[in-house]
Formats: sequence, C-alpha cells, structure tokens
Amino acid sequence: MAEQTNWAAIAKNPKFEEIHRRKTVFLFGWWIFSTVYYFLLPIGAGSAPGLYSVKVIGNINFGYLFALSQFFVSWAIALYYASWANRVSDRLTGELLDELKLR
Amino acid sequence: MKKFFVIMMVALTLGVAINAVLPDVSIAGPENQIASAITAQAPSAEPQTIKANRAITISLFVVIVAITLCIVVWAAKRTKTTADFYAARGSITGTQNGWAIAGDYMSAASFLGIAGLISLYGYDGFMYSVGWLVAYVTVLLIVAEPCRNAGKFTMGDILSFRTNPKPVRAAAAISTVAVSVFYLTAQMVGAGKLMELLLGIPFRIAISGVGCLMILYVVFGGMIATTWVQIIKAGLLMTGASVLCILVAAKAGFNPVQFFSDVATNSQIQSWVQINLLKEAIPKAGFDYGQRFLEPGLLLKDVWDQISLGMALVLGTAGMPHILMRFFTVPTAQAARKSVIIAMFIIGTFYILTTLLGFGAAINVSPQVISSVDKGGNMANMLLAQMLGNQVAPLAGDFLLAFLCAVAFATILAVVSGLVLAASAAISHDIYVNVVKGGHADQHEQVRAARITSVIVGIVAIIIAILAEGQNVAHLVALAFAVASSGNLPVVVLALFWRRFNTAGTIAGLLIGTVVAIGLVLVSPNMQYPKIIAAGQQKIFVALEKKQAGGATLTDKEKAELAKAKVIYEKTKDGTSMMGLEKPLFPLKNPGIISIPVGFLAAIIFSLMFRRKKEEDAFDELYVRQNTGIGVAKTIAH
Repeated sequence: MAEQTNWAAIAKNPKFEEIHRRKTVFLFGWWIFSTVYYFLLPIGAGSAPGLYSVKVIGNINFGYLFALSQFFVSWAIALYYASWANRVSDRLTGELLDELKLR
Repeated sequence: MKKFFVIMMVALTLGVAINAVLPDVSIAGPENQIASAITAQAPSAEPQTIKANRAITISLFVVIVAITLCIVVWAAKRTKTTADFYAARGSITGTQNGWAIAGDYMSAASFLGIAGLISLYGYDGFMYSVGWLVAYVTVLLIVAEPCRNAGKFTMGDILSFRTNPKPVRAAAAISTVAVSVFYLTAQMVGAGKLMELLLGIPFRIAISGVGCLMILYVVFGGMIATTWVQIIKAGLLMTGASVLCILVAAKAGFNPVQFFSDVATNSQIQSWVQINLLKEAIPKAGFDYGQRFLEPGLLLKDVWDQISLGMALVLGTAGMPHILMRFFTVPTAQAARKSVIIAMFIIGTFYILTTLLGFGAAINVSPQVISSVDKGGNMANMLLAQMLGNQVAPLAGDFLLAFLCAVAFATILAVVSGLVLAASAAISHDIYVNVVKGGHADQHEQVRAARITSVIVGIVAIIIAILAEGQNVAHLVALAFAVASSGNLPVVVLALFWRRFNTAGTIAGLLIGTVVAIGLVLVSPNMQYPKIIAAGQQKIFVALEKKQAGGATLTDKEKAELAKAKVIYEKTKDGTSMMGLEKPLFPLKNPGIISIPVGFLAAIIFSLMFRRKKEEDAFDELYVRQNTGIGVAKTIAH
C-alpha cells in the first residue's frame, strides 16, 4: 500500500456514517428478533406444553408447526437481508467508493 | 512433486492393505444384528445379502477415496503459496462456498444422531435440531461479511488487527486449537464406532484410515482440496437424505396429514411411549400415547439446559474457527453473504428432511428395534434405508444402506479435514510465523510450516481418538460449542464493533471465556460420578434382596444381576469424579448460560481497565474496512 489511506476521514464521511447507522439498526434489530423468536421455542415447550399439544391439522399440532416455522423465519430473514443489502448497503458502499475514487 | 507421489503411493497401498484385511474380519459383526433385527421385523430380508452389502459398501468407499485423491492431486498443483493453502486464493465462488460450509458443518452426528433422537423421542429430537440452523442467522448478520473484509487466514488475523499481535495471536491460537481438538476427537471417535458397528472394521484401523486420508487431503491439497471434499460430501448427503425421504413419503401417499396420523396410530410407538419413555406399566385410560410422541418433554426436560445449549449454538457457530475460516476463501463480502444464505437453505432443508426420516424410522422400523441395535438411535437411518430399499427390490436395500455408509464416511472426512486445517492454520500462521518468527518468513517456509503442522495435528488427533476409545465423547461437541461461544465469539464481535476494545480485553476474553466454559463442564453432570452410580446399583440389589427375603426364589438372570450390582457398588461407592467431586457442582450439562456472559464481561472489564489510545484510534481503519471492504483486494493480491 503506497499511498496512506486516511481512515479517520472516511469514518467521518457522512456517507459512511449513514452506512454505519443503517447497518447497525438493520443487522442488530433482525438479529435480536431472530434470537427472541428462537428462544420462544424451548421456553414455550417448558412453560406451555398444553399449547404445543393443540392439534391444528389432523394429528399435526401447534408445537410441530412452531418448530417448523423457525426454519422458514430464518430463511425469510436471510432473503430479506440479501435484498436489503443489494438495495441499501451495497449501493451506499458503492457510492462511497466512487466518491473516494477507490474503484 | 516426486516426493508427493511417493507418499501418495504409500498411502494408497496402505488403503488397499486395509481393504484387503477386511473380508477376514469376523462375520458375526453388528451388521448381522441389523440384518437379524430387520428379519425379526420383516421376514423378507435375506441373510445372504450381507456379503454383497460389504462388497458394495467397500467399493463405494474406494470410489469416494479415489475421487477425492484425484482432487488432491489436482489441488496440490495449485497449492504453492500460503494464500492457496489457507484460503484457496480467495477463488471459491459464493455458491461453492455455500455447499462447502454445509459440508463442513453437518457432521455424522447431525445425519445419524438427530434422526435417531427423533425416532426415539419424537418431537424433542426435532426441537433440538432447530438451533443448528438458527445459529446461521448470527453468522450471516454479524460475522460473515466483516470477517471477509477484515481478515486474511485465521481468527488471529482479525483479533490482532489493532492490538499487540504476539500475545493476542497466541491466545487466539490456544482457543482455536482447544475448540478444534474437542470437536475433532468427538468426530474421530464417532467415526471409529460407526465403522466398527457397520462394517466390523476394528476401531483403531478405522481411525488410522480416516486420519491418514484427512492428513493427505490437508497436507497436499490445503484449502482447495478440503473445500471440494466438503462440496462433494454435502451433495452426497443431500442426495442420500432426499432418496430416503421420497421412500418414506411414498408410504404415506405423499400426504403429510396421513404421515403424522401414521405416527400417532402406530401401536409400537404407542407402547414405546407408554412403557419405555413414560414408564407406565398399565396404560392410562383414554390417554393418546401415539399423539404424546408428537409433543414436547420426552427427552429435553430441563428448560434452563435447553436455553443454555441454545445460547451455545446460536453464538458458538459464529465463533467456530473452521467456519470462520471458510469466509476467507471467497473474494468479496457479497460472495460471503451469498454463501451463508445458500448454506442456510441446504442445512435447513436437511434438518426438515431429517424429521421425516426420524419419524419414518419410528413408524417403519419401530423405536424398539432401533434402540436395540444402538441405544442412542444412531442406526435409525441405516435401518430405515435397508428396510425400505428391500421393499422396492431385493438388492436395493443393501445398495441404499451401502450408499448411506459411504455418505457417513464422506461426511466424517469432510468435517475432520476442515478442523485439522483450522487448527494447523492457528499453530503455523499465528504461532510459528507471526509469534516465533515475528512475521519474517518467506512463502516457501510458511507453506512448509503449514504442511508440517497439519501432519502433526493429524497424528495427534489420531492418537487422542485411539486413547479415547470407549470414553463417552458426546459432551465434547457441547464443549466445543461452549468454548467457541464463550471464548471466541465475544472477542470477535467486540473487535469488529467496539472502539474501546484492546489487547487486555482480547486476551482476558479468550482465556477467561475458554477456562470458565471448560471448568463448568468438568464439574457438570456430563462427568461420571461414581457415588451416583453406586446409589443406582444399591437400589437394584436392595430391591432384589427384599424379594429374596420375602421368600421368592430369584431366577438365574436376577441372581446374576444381583451379583453384578454388588460388584459395581463395591467398586464405585467410595469413588469421586475426575475433579474429586461426589456430585455435580454445576447443575446444567451446557455451561453457555454462565460462561458466555462471563466471556463478554471479562473482555469488556479488562478493556476498560487497561485502555490503549493507539488501539482505539486504529478502530476507524478496522471499522471502515469491515464495512466497506476497502483494502481487501490489496490483501488478496500480495
């Protein structure tokens, strides 16, 4: 690396601050959501086994559907994040790199 | 290159020699037990097909070994620099890496163990599997992209970015090696037992064979070969699981409602739940024991233990060194993101298929037969495959069983190779090159160090696994996740996101998190407590003696039981656990609920006690890099 990059200046760039703010809100927000949703499963099974036994379709009960929903919720978060990153964080990062003439 | 081929030839000869020994191994192996267990269930299974079975299985093993060795030769030509060896030169695409992550992650324990748990305990087995996928949300949102942008080859690279590199790298290497060795030992011992159970290959030969292959893959093919072994394995695993699932689903007419009704109305499952799980000798009137199999509480009884395990999974996966290392193999953060999402779909689909397999095994093979072949239910998928296959065509069952054995074999190879690579990267890149040599080593020397370390790590792993024969190693997986979540994850997250984090915090977090996690496991119910065993034995012989005193004559079996209980009681009544304890000090099997907060607190408190302005100032560079990827191209190019 021949030229010295001024990292502190980039860190104070309004564009970078916007990336930082929006990423923090999105990433930690959805991480907390996913974690809370996950821990509801064992906590619910321990504290409300009656609810898990409620039959929904035929012999398929609420407990099974709730556990199954964990997979779909995780996938949905992953896909939503991919589309959000394409629309927001990758675009903003691209704009920042253009502004800094780094690409 | 000449040396390389000589060693390859030696290894191949060794492999052939092992195979040549095989037919001599006693025919009364557990394979016959499986066959006879099935015969008891379905008289159609023919006993003479066992021989064909072994022939098919061994040929499939040979095919897998041959294909993977071709890959190793191909990869060896492309492995010249450290960037090739540790990170496949960043040349792996997002899709390829997604399959490789899935191949790295899904161990034989997931393939055989979880289906077994579902087949024996129903719903709780399924609930147990959920955390293994949800863990990837943390990997995706918190660590994958920053690690790609800020790291190079190892976790130590990320942690030493703005801290005093020598002590930090040394501490990072210690926890990486600890996690890898725990996980590796569990995998290798499992592999040995599996080969012994399925093919009658003696434990030591199985371990040495698997160990030699794993060393070959890593030493010559480095990350390139390891990646492709993992991709092939993930493909085989998904194929095997899908074929078996189609057979299971066909039995229920591809109707999920019918499938669950088959579970609930199966008379063998009903009696299993009533007698073996709920221990009720006389059925309660009107109680639906079949439906009970689909409800929670048959296996996982302690909510706190489950929460603790869940924390270790959700945070530990993102701290697993062999998983983190996979993100250095892709060129950009976008590719890292794509690879996690692809891995999540593969892994999630796999666990959903596993539910079908587990319940399918319970319906078709019955929990009684599954637990009689292996107490932990590990053979559920194998029994199911042989049975359903044989219903399609006489030889199909043997072929399907052989195929699943080959899948399990490939699975073990893929996982252990990834772990050996991670451990040797920590030792050679972090400790040898950067601590001992202070970063002054040329490419040639670095690659040589990496290869020598891989051989040593591999040999040590083989020795530990052989020594651990007969030990209960199941808790080692939980221990690996506990250390990864309490030692590694807190410092990785704080290094990437917290300005005030520094050298003192990193070292304290790594070491205190690791030590507390290991320490809590050592005083937990995972260990053996002789006095508790003695109390159990005492109950048995007191009951039998009472019966005797009451005038009843004991059967021969009961007499033998009485004598055995007394012998075990005498042996264990004055004993203490490895730590000199009479009973567990810590009530949970999983330490995460305590050790993870301790890891975070240690890292934060020590950072605040020993603040370093220089390191705080360097945060801007790390934070800009991890968010934007500026500088990544340069890192790869050099």
